[in-house]
Amino acid sequence: MPYAESDLLPISALQHLLYCDRQCALIHLERLWAENRFTAEGAILHRKAHGGRPESRPSGRTTRALPVRSFALGLFGVTDVVRWDPAAGGEAVPVEYKRGRPKKGDCDRVQLCAQALCLEEMLGRPLGRGEIFYGRVRRRVAVGFTPELRRATVEAAARLHDLIGSGRTPQAVPGRKCDRCSLRDLCLPRLGPAAGSARRHFDRSLDALLAGEGPTD
Amino acid sequence: MKTHLNTLYITTQGTYLGKSGESVQVRAEGKVLAQLPLHNLEGVVCFGRVGCSPSLLGACAERGVSVSLLTQHGRFLAAVRGNTSGNVLLRRQQYRLADRPEVALDVARRIVLAKVANSRSVLLRAARDCVAGDAARLDTLRREGGRLAASAPGLREATTIDQVRGLEGEAATHYFGAFDALLSPSASAEAFRFTGRSRRPPLDRINALLSFLYTLVLHDARSACESVGLDPCVGFLHADRPGKPALALDLMEEFRAFVADRLAFSLINRRQVSADGFEVRENGAVLMNDATRKAVLAAYQQRKRETLAHPFLEEQTTVGMLVHLQALLLARWIRGDLDAYPPFLWKG
Repeated sequence: MPYAESDLLPISALQHLLYCDRQCALIHLERLWAENRFTAEGAILHRKAHGGRPESRPSGRTTRALPVRSFALGLFGVTDVVRWDPAAGGEAVPVEYKRGRPKKGDCDRVQLCAQALCLEEMLGRPLGRGEIFYGRVRRRVAVGFTPELRRATVEAAARLHDLIGSGRTPQAVPGRKCDRCSLRDLCLPRLGPAAGSARRHFDRSLDALLAGEGPTD
Repeated sequence: MKTHLNTLYITTQGTYLGKSGESVQVRAEGKVLAQLPLHNLEGVVCFGRVGCSPSLLGACAERGVSVSLLTQHGRFLAAVRGNTSGNVLLRRQQYRLADRPEVALDVARRIVLAKVANSRSVLLRAARDCVAGDAARLDTLRREGGRLAASAPGLREATTIDQVRGLEGEAATHYFGAFDALLSPSASAEAFRFTGRSRRPPLDRINALLSFLYTLVLHDARSACESVGLDPCVGFLHADRPGKPALALDLMEEFRAFVADRLAFSLINRRQVSADGFEVRENGAVLMNDATRKAVLAAYQQRKRETLAHPFLEEQTTVGMLVHLQALLLARWIRGDLDAYPPFLWKG
């Protein structure tokens, strides 16, 4: 089902979704944002990637900060770099810049694939591969847009639309990734049903306080 | 979330604030007085005739630094805030809950219970610090503390908001009745005698001091509501009235005694403010002079840096962060993460 222009969601939200449903909802539903070292470094890297002019090199012409969208996926975004590969008849090769190192999960590849699917829809021709440049290890990783990756991307986009459309922020599932999350202090991952009843906690604390002799510090 | 909670207060008339790179530049009479990086600033509060450049206002809005404009005496005029936080779904849910009398009653009851418990803690803490032999003071503090505790069962059983407000008023009378006993005998007791709560205008020095401190706490409560995306003007305990920050006032109740009142009395008892730092006008209105206002601002900032354990979150935090954490808990309850809003209880 093709989406309307007003329903398009940012491609960057896919990454948040794959990292954590609640993080995605806090950023895109609750409109909360907090910087930490990781996000600040990422922002600087992207400013650099978007800042330059188009260049022509033997490896091909490059375009920076190209706006893209797909009505089929319901996504829009901006690619860091698109390389037009002369060796492949001028085929578009999207390049994404990441501050860290290659991750175990799919999230960087899905984000790149979403850009590719947007480009395909706008250019009207298929794309075979893209690249992710990892800042920490200064290495380019080639990503083939395989049927599996395409399927994962389409599924993630549909899940994103479900989450945002529901208007509900899911409960936190606390885990190790919370330690690296810049939204930790706004999310309060330990709250939720597992933390017990705030009502009971307040009632008990109040009784203890009123029965006591007052603060001692 | 900001962890430093630095607020820049500008009280010197004729100051101009500009942006220089990633920092605020404070200028007066053609000279640069200070330069502070924006990234660890939470808010800028301008008293009276203070100018701000449009580029600074824009940069503050973008970075979530609130800029507030107050009169020279601290009355709120306007604020400049960005578009970064604020969720329409959260606000709608806030309005829905505030419209349900049983929900509003439930929250209002707990807010007032916390206010009463924290007021009592301030009295009992002062009683503990009383020197032996000061029997009259000790007696007043303990007696009124006991009366505050006695109002808890009634509050718990209250069935309407009006009952809650009535009981809150009674509790306040007991609490204010012990105010003179919060002054140590060595302090210039006569000059700082409390004559009952008066606001417009304050009719004694304590009231002048309290009104100013309440303005500062309210400013922080308002910013806290806005930074978590809540509408500061739609509350539960306080009724809606155009221009009244009802939710910020709700949020403030937990902190009046613990933050503002304690600070007011310790400023007097430690002689950080003195009787001649106040101006008594022909009609009895009392105003603070500039030097006193500056001393109070510095002490308030200092107080906000003190650390304590948050009773519900069980994490170390600062006094300044408390109001933000409570606003966050309020938002988390409204969005359904918590079964109730747990107001802050000062356990000491």
